[in-house]
Amino acid sequence: MDPQWHAYTPYSSALDPCPPRPKAYIVPPNQYVIFQPHGLRQFAPREALKRGTLWPELYSPYEHGDRGGGRR
Amino acid sequence: MKVSKCDPRLAKYLIEQYGGADGELAAALRYLNQRYTIPDKVIGLLTDIGTEEFAHLEMIATMVYKLTKDATVEQMEAAGLGGHLVDHGFDLYYHNAAGNPFTVACLTAKGDPIANLYEDIAAEEKARATYQWLIDITDDADIQDGLRFLREREVIHALRFREAVEMLKGYQEEKKVF
Ligand SMILES: [Fe+2]
Repeated sequence: MDPQWHAYTPYSSALDPCPPRPKAYIVPPNQYVIFQPHGLRQFAPREALKRGTLWPELYSPYEHGDRGGGRR
Repeated sequence: MKVSKCDPRLAKYLIEQYGGADGELAAALRYLNQRYTIPDKVIGLLTDIGTEEFAHLEMIATMVYKLTKDATVEQMEAAGLGGHLVDHGFDLYYHNAAGNPFTVACLTAKGDPIANLYEDIAAEEKARATYQWLIDITDDADIQDGLRFLREREVIHALRFREAVEMLKGYQEEKKVF
């Protein structure tokens, strides 16, 4: 799993109705930037357009099924 | 916008970003209203992002339209859109995924630039979270592509608003252009 994900394990009781599922939340890289510095690496224009940002350092990947190994 | 299959069920969920509290319409209206009274050095930012949100609104509208335009009445009903069909037919409407109509009560203007910008930051993070749930619930690869792009824009917007706060706090390096 991408390092932007943070896993945690809440208390689960033997009496819980469903088997426990992994819990995690994502913290995008923007949270660690106060003011974007000059001269960051850049994606090629087409790549940037597809990803929604010009800067790899600010890109946050998010895939279907990333959260706890998928829903289905 | 590319959509892989006719899936009105998905349209019912996507409409959250059309007429929901943290959707693109709410974002556009919030920023383009705050822009008048915010200090000069961040007017441009609010205008730019507010305008961009309208473009995102069009992307969502196109997805919803393509997902429903050729659905049958039976498919709409099976997708939980029977109520929508009776009220609006195949028209889009500004309401959230639960069917509640859009209201400006979901956004504020507090007459204080720091308070306003913190609301904007929170709105971006909430929109990002909504896109995450939408990506989780969608198995259409083309829709996922579009949603990932929109989610990343929220990540960037949140950073820009946080930079705007820094500028108003008097961050040393003035006047940056990206
Ligand atoms: Fe945004």
